[in-house]
Amino acid sequence: MATYVEAVRGSHSMDKSITLPPDEIFRNLENAKRFAIDIGGSLTKLAYYSTVQHKVAKVRSFDHAAKQESDGEPLYEISVQEEITARLHFIKFENTYIETCLDFIKDHLVNTETKVIKATGGGAYKFKDLIEKKLKLKVDKEDEMSCLIKGCNFVLKNIPHEVFVYAKHGDSEFRFQNTHPDIFPYLLVNIGSGVSIVKVEAEDRFERIGGSSIGGGTFWGLGALLTKTKRFDELLQLASRGQHTSVDMLVKDIYGGAYGCLGLTGDLIASSFGKSATAEKEFSKEDMAKSLLHMISNDIGQLACLYARLHNLSRVYFGGFFIRGHPVTMHTITYSINYFTKGEVQALFLRHEGYLGAIGAFLKGAEEDNPNQYCWGENYAGSSGLLSVSPELNPMQRERSGTFLFDMLEMDRLERQLVNLPLLQDSSSYIPDTVDLTEDTLAREYWLCCFEEALDGVVKRAIASQKDQPEAAERAEKFRQKYRDKLQTLRHQPFAYGSLTVRSLLDTREHCLNEFNFPDPYSKIKQKENDLALKSYQRVLKTLEELSWEQRQIALVRGLLAGNVFDWGAKAVSDVLESDPEFGFEKAKQQLQERPWLVDTYNQWIERLKGPPHKCALFFVDNSGMDIILGVFPFVRELLSRGTEVVLASNSGPALNDVTNGELQILTERIAAMDPAIQASLSEDRLTLVQSGSSSPCLDLSRLDKVLATVVRERGTDLVVIEGMGRAIHTNYYAALSCESLKLAVIKNSWLADRLGGKIFSVVFKYEVPSIIQGHH
Amino acid sequence: MELNGYHCDGEACPETEDEDTTVSKQCWVDAPCSNIESANMENTTTSGTVHRERRVSNSTSSRQRIDSLKKNRPPFPWFGMDIGGTLVKLVYFEPKDITAEEEQEEVESLKSIRHYLTSHTAYGKTGIRDVHLELPDLMLWGRKGSLHFIRFPTQELPAFLQMGREKHFSSLHTTLCATGGGAYKFEADFRTMADLQLLKLDELDCLIKGVLYIDSVVSSGPSECYYYENPTDTEHCQQKAYNLENPYPLLLVNIGSGVSILAVYSKDDYKRVTGTSLGGGTFLGLCCLLTGCSTFEEALEMAARGESARVDKLVRDIYGGDYERFGLPGWAVASSFGNMMCKEKRDSVSKEDLARSTLITITNNIGSITRMCALNENIERVVFVGNFLRVNTLSMKLLAYALDYWSKGQLKALFLRHEGYFCAVGALLELLNSS
Repeated sequence: MATYVEAVRGSHSMDKSITLPPDEIFRNLENAKRFAIDIGGSLTKLAYYSTVQHKVAKVRSFDHAAKQESDGEPLYEISVQEEITARLHFIKFENTYIETCLDFIKDHLVNTETKVIKATGGGAYKFKDLIEKKLKLKVDKEDEMSCLIKGCNFVLKNIPHEVFVYAKHGDSEFRFQNTHPDIFPYLLVNIGSGVSIVKVEAEDRFERIGGSSIGGGTFWGLGALLTKTKRFDELLQLASRGQHTSVDMLVKDIYGGAYGCLGLTGDLIASSFGKSATAEKEFSKEDMAKSLLHMISNDIGQLACLYARLHNLSRVYFGGFFIRGHPVTMHTITYSINYFTKGEVQALFLRHEGYLGAIGAFLKGAEEDNPNQYCWGENYAGSSGLLSVSPELNPMQRERSGTFLFDMLEMDRLERQLVNLPLLQDSSSYIPDTVDLTEDTLAREYWLCCFEEALDGVVKRAIASQKDQPEAAERAEKFRQKYRDKLQTLRHQPFAYGSLTVRSLLDTREHCLNEFNFPDPYSKIKQKENDLALKSYQRVLKTLEELSWEQRQIALVRGLLAGNVFDWGAKAVSDVLESDPEFGFEKAKQQLQERPWLVDTYNQWIERLKGPPHKCALFFVDNSGMDIILGVFPFVRELLSRGTEVVLASNSGPALNDVTNGELQILTERIAAMDPAIQASLSEDRLTLVQSGSSSPCLDLSRLDKVLATVVRERGTDLVVIEGMGRAIHTNYYAALSCESLKLAVIKNSWLADRLGGKIFSVVFKYEVPSIIQGHH
Repeated sequence: MELNGYHCDGEACPETEDEDTTVSKQCWVDAPCSNIESANMENTTTSGTVHRERRVSNSTSSRQRIDSLKKNRPPFPWFGMDIGGTLVKLVYFEPKDITAEEEQEEVESLKSIRHYLTSHTAYGKTGIRDVHLELPDLMLWGRKGSLHFIRFPTQELPAFLQMGREKHFSSLHTTLCATGGGAYKFEADFRTMADLQLLKLDELDCLIKGVLYIDSVVSSGPSECYYYENPTDTEHCQQKAYNLENPYPLLLVNIGSGVSILAVYSKDDYKRVTGTSLGGGTFLGLCCLLTGCSTFEEALEMAARGESARVDKLVRDIYGGDYERFGLPGWAVASSFGNMMCKEKRDSVSKEDLARSTLITITNNIGSITRMCALNENIERVVFVGNFLRVNTLSMKLLAYALDYWSKGQLKALFLRHEGYFCAVGALLELLNSS
């Protein structure tokens, strides 16, 4: 970055105290294309598209026919390949630094195919010449409102936990909402200097149904006149310290108490500024600012409600600079909406509201790349999270990066289209995660500590996975720093990336590992374990075949559970595995809790097995090695022998020691070579492998590969098996499916076991039949 | 939405009412200037007959009614009082048909009150009798007399009570019908300071009773209800009489310190739809803070001279003209006080500009909320009342304009001459039920 620093020093217009943190901001400029910029009153939002080259672990089967197998020869080859994926970058910074930033971009932009920059926002006109001069790109203006709506549709569709409700006095201030598959219709109330109320009915159908001139500009302008305070932020701070009751005339000032028969409480404001109608008294700045804030928020809330009622809309999103990142205004607007609709409508806010215009402008310029055709996922490693630049909430960030404040959002293009599992009982109320750590303080503290403590091990494992690369240690350190920072941020702002959950902590870790090119730290371990387990496959099958039917069923379940004990994701187990490599399958079975298990509906399951076979079972698999080979395959084999078709769903990308789709294909091939029953099922298409679309140790049934959903539907799937702590306990424990389901896991975390009322290695065996089907039987 | 390209300079400048009656009278007659005569003519030709029919009094049944009235009639004095957040509104019925015998019997304190109220037009420094609103030759409960309309600031209530005490009001054993929040808040003060018992009445009940009553009894003079013809055309905008004979359904917007919006479906079927805290009190409160003025009249006078486009950010300031994509005209206000975000502009505006902008902001906001309520309730007729509209032609024309423009002519804004007194009238009417 030395050259950059020189370039900066040499520039006359540059504020020398500012150096952009080059590893953190404007990333991947080398292959950036399709720029868009949204310049607001005080903040600039820049968007671009880049292709990111990163390493992925690939497995490839050896040609076994050509090679003689011998001991110690691994069954497949692991190679790390470069893969190119698409990423969207959105960066927000103060207008003051626009020139610095444009210079930075100019210096780092390699790809010059781009000729045009899409621009929107009130400042786009003002900075047009500067942008054209600096970047040599033609500025192409786009309508502000249509950009806003386009961006809004995009985030609503692609970012889970985008939407939240604000509750100042709640257990957690931010309550994130489920993503609705159908986002339309909705009302967007944009509070800029004025207010625009827009009804959005479809992707390209929206209408400005109303507005008001009393908006953010009124608060700012009138506030500046009344208090001689210039900055918007300062006005809000004044307001949050003030007492409006000294300025406003309340119902009780007129009535002496409540106006009972109309249900107007005494504290209600009868007349804003009603007490200041006197030349005699002086009022404090704080009190006037507070009164003004109430007046404007209530007025906007009231109008929004009137429009929502008139158009019969219940989803009302609020945005604009008046709202953006300001808990104070989110609170007053929420209060107002709640008051005027008697709680029937909730004020909804968006995590990435500040980016909507930039996203929309970008999308307009990128139509030929068809960004709307793909699914995108928020990259936790490259995104700053909610309120990261809010001075009220995050004085820390200001300190850390000097005076330059920026906020980022990065989204990765997902290779697959993601959809709901068709077997969810109610997709709109489905919540994958069992515990919301934003609300559960005790659990949050535990898990944050737990992930922090596990960090050393993860770093060690990452380095070990790339022994041949000398700079791996350095990268691993950067990973450690990044993830520790994320954990630190989450400690202060658990709501930064939506609801904090064990899943989001795990996913963030995966994103950070990928960021520093550790695509699959467990690849070698998985390989070794798969090898070992394959060797025992036939022996395990033989033992099972000697048992009676009843004995075999319990043995199969115990085998599945024992396999599940092998889990590098759980700290308690990884400690044992590390210290005692002889820890075998039999030993694992001994660790298991004896029946009755912590959750035990095994008897119902056995009764069910005595009945007619299931048509098709969808099995979400978990770990490599013993789990998949000695636990899952025998169990699946039994299902197949009953005449049940089986669909094995495994991760698309690596996560911990979970078996990936690529690995599973090779393993299945190898098992089929040993086991004619599996071979037959494969050739008859009764055993199918699909990828889940996920690269997480957990499972979100509302974001699954479209192909999986199609297969599930076509096969008439009537049983779903979910295995492992990540997929069946941390997520989906309460998921209600429209068919029979089996959730099983071994609790390998003593804190969690304790919480569930059990001990470590307690077993959860949860067989469920939805009530509708129960009626039929 | 705001509108702003609208000027009414040179016409209907609200004048300061001081304690001199003639000025007060003058203000009303002269203010709406050219329009008023045609309005009068309109009234006598179209609605006069209707009112006459409504007040038939020659039948036997009505004579019987008068007989029974005589028995149940409350003793004098007849008052109705509305104690609001800012103003106390007092209506007083002065009997003009007092017989010699009655005159003889009339106790001293009663006589003194009658003389005090009817021989003055100003009371103390701030009490005012709106002489132009006086309804002479009114028949009420079989008595003929004049209805007087008096107002004074709520903060002067202690002085008023003091006067009641000095004039031995309590010795008359009359019931004092009172409404408005102050009837509750000051009930104890009435008892302790003046030894008076209040009959507390609901203000919205009173408001509707008062409106219907006044509209039904006004037959001569300017029509009680009127509207602005051609509100979107400054040149041809005229005040016209309106016949409120079949008023339902009706949206009644009462703009006092705050605003209440009622949907009225019949004489006794109504609901409060909503309200807003941005009302007359807000206008005056903000004007006092921004300009240092201290009275409503002062604030209005400044507003009449100001230019709000210097304070507000208009659509054309942002888009250079109309924002056609959304049908927003360039003259519409995009952000009230929006220009005041900028320091240079803050330094260049006058107090008058600020007063004007405040008035327009508050008025348009009321118009906007009213329009949404009318749409939600499916009501086309809107009657605006309340003291915010007193000598405030600017706001009335703005409301008329806003309702007409944004509803594309669907909504009609109506106004009543007795603006802020209806609650007090409604309270007076309850006097009969109290005895």
